[in-house]
Amino acid sequence: MESFLAQYMPVDASEHGPHLDFLSALVHWLMLILFIGWGAYFIYALFRFRSSRNPRANYHGTTSHFSTYTEAGVAVIEVVLLLGFSIPAWSKWVTPPSSGAHPLEVRVVAEQFAWNIHYPGPDGVFGKAKVELISTSNPLGLDPTDPYGKDDVITLNQLHLEVNRPVLVHLSSKDVIHDFSLPVMRVKQDAIPGIDFPIHFTPVKLSPDPKSAARWEIACAQLCGLGHYRMRGQLFVETKEQLDAWLKSMAPQVEAAAAPAPATAPVTAPPPTVPLSSMPKTGTGGL
Amino acid sequence: MAEKRQVRVGREWLAPRDAEKALREAIRVQKEQERHHQLEHHPLGFWRTYVFSTDHKWIGLQYGFTALCFLLFGFSLMLLMRLQLGWPGHAFSIMKVLGETRAPGGNLLPEAYNQLGAMHGTIMVFLAIVPLAVGAFGNYLVPLQIGAPDMAFPKLNMASYWCYLSGGLVMLASFAAPGGTAQSGWTSYPPLSVIASQGQTWWLFGMILLITSSLLGSVNFIVTIIQLRTKGMTFMRLPFFVWAQFVTSFLLLLAFPPLEAAGVLQLMDRLAGTSFFLPSGLVVSGTRLMNAGGGNPLLWQHLFWFLAHPEVYVLILPAMGIVAEVIANNTRKPLWGYKSMVFATVFLGFMSFVVWAHHMFLTGMGTAISAFFQTTTMIISIPSVIILSSLFLSLWGGSIRFNTPMLFALAFLPMFGIGGLTGLPLGLAAADIHLHDTYYVIGHFHYVVAPGTIFAMFAGIYYWFPKITGRKMSERLGKLHFWMSLIFINGVFFPMFIQGLAGVSRRLYDGGAQYAHAQPVLKTNVFMSVSAWLLLIGQVPFIINFFKSIKWGELVDSNPWQATTLDWAATTSPPLAHGNFEHLPVVRRGPYEYSVPGSETDFIPQHAVTGEEPQGGGGMLVQSAVAQKEA
Repeated sequence: MESFLAQYMPVDASEHGPHLDFLSALVHWLMLILFIGWGAYFIYALFRFRSSRNPRANYHGTTSHFSTYTEAGVAVIEVVLLLGFSIPAWSKWVTPPSSGAHPLEVRVVAEQFAWNIHYPGPDGVFGKAKVELISTSNPLGLDPTDPYGKDDVITLNQLHLEVNRPVLVHLSSKDVIHDFSLPVMRVKQDAIPGIDFPIHFTPVKLSPDPKSAARWEIACAQLCGLGHYRMRGQLFVETKEQLDAWLKSMAPQVEAAAAPAPATAPVTAPPPTVPLSSMPKTGTGGL
Repeated sequence: MAEKRQVRVGREWLAPRDAEKALREAIRVQKEQERHHQLEHHPLGFWRTYVFSTDHKWIGLQYGFTALCFLLFGFSLMLLMRLQLGWPGHAFSIMKVLGETRAPGGNLLPEAYNQLGAMHGTIMVFLAIVPLAVGAFGNYLVPLQIGAPDMAFPKLNMASYWCYLSGGLVMLASFAAPGGTAQSGWTSYPPLSVIASQGQTWWLFGMILLITSSLLGSVNFIVTIIQLRTKGMTFMRLPFFVWAQFVTSFLLLLAFPPLEAAGVLQLMDRLAGTSFFLPSGLVVSGTRLMNAGGGNPLLWQHLFWFLAHPEVYVLILPAMGIVAEVIANNTRKPLWGYKSMVFATVFLGFMSFVVWAHHMFLTGMGTAISAFFQTTTMIISIPSVIILSSLFLSLWGGSIRFNTPMLFALAFLPMFGIGGLTGLPLGLAAADIHLHDTYYVIGHFHYVVAPGTIFAMFAGIYYWFPKITGRKMSERLGKLHFWMSLIFINGVFFPMFIQGLAGVSRRLYDGGAQYAHAQPVLKTNVFMSVSAWLLLIGQVPFIINFFKSIKWGELVDSNPWQATTLDWAATTSPPLAHGNFEHLPVVRRGPYEYSVPGSETDFIPQHAVTGEEPQGGGGMLVQSAVAQKEA
């Protein structure tokens, strides 16, 4: 079943992915057995008890307790799937890695209709960001006076990760709810404005050539406006050397620094604002 | 001593119990006389008969006809979406019906696609299926099946229909709003919906009217079923359909108010500058939203799904009720496990209030909360399995007649089965991560609602058509309709599971054409779109059959299916306007006494008097009653 489903599923390139796929395969086994079992009974019953063959119905019907056993069986299997697989897998999925694992930390800030990717740079600390400072040239509102922000790397729609190294993504959104989906990583999480949510996973395979048909991508899975369908980013999983080289090549372009999610920044000095009623229609913007 | 325990009624001294009985009987007789008096002396005018009627049957038909129109309309929105998904980037001249602002030159714009999507969902759920399942079938059949002359509150019933119609018209009018109609999905998640164009405000007003309509209706159903059951109609003698409507009404009554409140809050966010659903520091298109602050978008999701999950059971329970009636009648035997089905339905109703957050697994849920909602989700699958198993097992030992209503009812079982089973991987949070918000979800709930509920609705229309019109629909056209629907509807929805496994997100304007991981399954889009249009062709026999049979269908007696329930056995076809029954029937047995051992006929109506009386069935009894009246 796992390999049957795998034909239709994208590559599974994360550490936790195979566990999820295995659970999915188990559930699909259960579904298939129930469907075929009931289906065979159904067809047989329709054939055997058609009125031309069985002109008078039996008032009492079946007296077998077969259905009680199947119902109990289904309940037991569901308990096993729940306690044995789903809850432990979920617990692992939401428990962040220990700092000893040296995860690669990265902020992902979604907006209509792009992914802002923010690396802390060599100092490992995100520069401060303020919502008042957000502008076209400073999409995350990094504070230029913050020394931690000087070395930060910010890219658009380009997520580069290191193979076999845990990743800790701080996910948030500037405007509406998006959903950060990495199909090949079996990673999906809503990006909700006002909430900075950490997600973590470990890529275990190198990504293919970005020009190939099998390239890896970031997808948006939550309707976020008219550009939802094209809110696509690229995902690269590279060796440590490749990642470091890429980060280095990106560094000079950076002007400012960064820190926690814009939502946590104090809302004090009002920058250019407009009343809600005169806002442009959803999705005219982006970058 | 004995005298003390007696009370005087008229000139007689009676024991309290007998006295109460006598009083009730006297009130009943008096009411019936009043009713006859009204019937004979106050014919209602055209407006009161056909437009502002308070007769539950006419209101049911109004609901039914309006809902069927919306069903077709919602379906046609989907057909346009399927054209776009099958052939993104192509211009279609039929798209021009949407106007230059939505489809310039026949090229659908992405915002217009989102409008179609949002309105397809809204119309199908709130304007088509619920009104059809509850408003139409419930209104028409519940009083007939419990032996009541009408609903408990006929004017409330009328108000409910007019609220519904107004809500529907507001929704339709919203297409003309500047910037088009609502486009944030039928779920209308803020902040997207709060910053959306004016159509969203219309949508919210429409929703408030629709919710009000449902609330008025649900109160009426609950009171009617509790208070107006005829003599002898105990709860355990209610047809399963009535039980389904009873539980459904409680779901509507308890689940809708939170959404009505949420709708008002969202209106305030849009119109009054409040910020219930907008967090601090919102920047849209590079501009800060100043009134945003302190709100939480997740609050809306909780309120929305607190309704919308029970709503799923509002969609499915009446359908199960219809299927149970049709199956019992066409297997000519009692439903297997009637009692367990009833208890399962009640339990399902309770549980449906504690599963809502399984729609929100990916909003950042911890282990404990996700474990709770996964567990409740698995628990709620058990009563569904019990109901479905009972329906399957009811076939065993039957004498199955394959008429059109039965074909639709039978197809409901495996189709709903697929819908239910594919809910399992979505209900287990870990398996849900990959499938959440993909086409797998779309396939899952469409199997529940389309070849599930809608097939049950068709079964119901074919089954009760003779009751409403006195004529039968054509079997040949009916079977043609059935087979075309069954084949093409699977063609539309089955490939969605494959797309979902591939990880294709839902609500994509181009069906995933941009994404590398969608490429291997893109060709299924064309297959689904062609199936959808063929499905439309498959509905033509139904539409022809429906209108043709009203006028030229085969004339039948009042109980052509030889059914046992009061709606068939104790009334004429159509039942008497305002009052239903010549004399309120007295119920003597359970709802499905088919093929009783030792009985001459293979069915004994609920109210039939056995023994000396001929057991020719309700049809004959009623005919003789009518003959007496005419004489």
